[in-house]
Amino acid sequence: MAIKKLLIANRGEIAVRIIRAAQELGIATVQVHSAADADSLAVKMADEAVLIGPPIASKSYLNIANILKAAAETGADAVHPGYGFLAENADFADAVEAAGLIWVGPKGDAIRVMGDKVAARVAAEAAGVPVVPGSDGRIDDPVHARNIALAIGFPVMIKAAAGGGGRGIRIAYDMEEFDRLMPQASAEAKAAFGDGGLYMEKVIERARHIEVQILGDGTNVIHCFERECSLQRRRQKVWEEAPSAALPQAMREKLCASAVALAKAVNYRGAGTLEYLYDDASGHFFFIEMNTRIQVEHPVTEMITGIDLVREMLRIAGGEPLRYTQDQVRLTGHAIEVRICAEDPALGFKPGPGTITSLKVPGGPGVRFDTLLYQGYTVPPFYDSLLGKLIVWDETRAMAITRMTRALGELEVGGLPTTKPLHQALARDAGVQAGQFHTRWLEPWLEQNADKLGEEIKAP
Amino acid sequence: MSKQILSPLPGTFYSKPSPDQPAFKAVGDTVAVGDVIGLIEVMKSFHEVVAEEAGTLVAFIAEDEEPVMAGQLLIELA
Repeated sequence: MAIKKLLIANRGEIAVRIIRAAQELGIATVQVHSAADADSLAVKMADEAVLIGPPIASKSYLNIANILKAAAETGADAVHPGYGFLAENADFADAVEAAGLIWVGPKGDAIRVMGDKVAARVAAEAAGVPVVPGSDGRIDDPVHARNIALAIGFPVMIKAAAGGGGRGIRIAYDMEEFDRLMPQASAEAKAAFGDGGLYMEKVIERARHIEVQILGDGTNVIHCFERECSLQRRRQKVWEEAPSAALPQAMREKLCASAVALAKAVNYRGAGTLEYLYDDASGHFFFIEMNTRIQVEHPVTEMITGIDLVREMLRIAGGEPLRYTQDQVRLTGHAIEVRICAEDPALGFKPGPGTITSLKVPGGPGVRFDTLLYQGYTVPPFYDSLLGKLIVWDETRAMAITRMTRALGELEVGGLPTTKPLHQALARDAGVQAGQFHTRWLEPWLEQNADKLGEEIKAP
Repeated sequence: MSKQILSPLPGTFYSKPSPDQPAFKAVGDTVAVGDVIGLIEVMKSFHEVVAEEAGTLVAFIAEDEEPVMAGQLLIELA
């Protein structure tokens, strides 16, 4: 049944993005918000707004009871969770459906399988998708664990089965260290996640982070090619591209086919992303995890395929089958997204909430700025620092970098620090221009180039 | 004369290191210079609030998990 009134259980730029997609489909919108977001752009744009709690997210954006109450009071018939907050909370997905509402995402059970790192790994192997060499599931027996470590070779990563976001990870370089870290890792996982279960993976050094966007309707699954997000700081993506500059066409086809196979195996419905490590020295790729939601960097895929992913999510959730066959999804040109955050790259990325005193948004061909900003808006200190995403498209990667430099020159955000100088410096870097990077490339680069991150560079 | 500890930043005030742990300090506790008395979360990054004067904790003016402004009174010492 097509959605008539959509509740957006999120905030910031993704709430704005979802409202836009809903408006184009003729769907009414309900924006729930905390007391700190009453003046947000999403609240202003939505047809209705409902206060669901105080600024702290645990009592507002993570408050399932208040969100469902807002849906009932406004007569909303669907919930879009965005990314972060409750987007990958299987219990929330179940609660939304139990309340008789449409959940814009995969079934709670699919979220559960893919949210458990061990279960996801088992599902991947069953679908014939390569995984990082490691333990086949949880490791319980210490002797068996030592044998696996010897078989896959050091260094090995010890991870919490219930972990995520880079937490609960330890790296052992030899057996002595392994014997010492295993009990610690188990105790820590038990304390942090209430589950002491561990698994092991080989450390892939100098790997690239490449992920495949998929869309499923519960029966059929298509891919929308890959994104590369190797430029990361503290495991947070900073600069994202589509397609990857490192992937030969034959490898692209193999990688994307593996993602479709895995998504089909779990009867996936909605938009999802399968994340891989890619070792361009050996040409091997390894599945690491699946994100069962829309991602921050989805616009680069939209730019190279012309498919509006958020709109398709709403159509699929409303019961429509996929509107594209795989051969109708074409990759054209190259897109880059940079995250504009309220952080000062010259001061160790110190966050800087505040009031927007002036705003100049870049424009022109192939330029898109997805943002929560407007002039006079006060960015609250209670949530993440993402102010907007500057996305460019052009025919080639080199041309896209030139266009990004031009667009960054036009962007002016007054009143608070932003990461714009970082992206200007990256766009001018020879390594970035050559596409020569991996997931551990950016952090040492930041140390070496600290002096370039303070000043603003004027547009040519 | 009473001494005050003010919030150095805008954000969310926490009187405990994590939700399931006891508060850094309780009313009646002795506070020494350099003691951590709370945390301020600003855009998902956590900053320690450190006592610059010694004294005895008289009252929490800001509650745990309360939104605070920069310069807002958090704690009174005597």
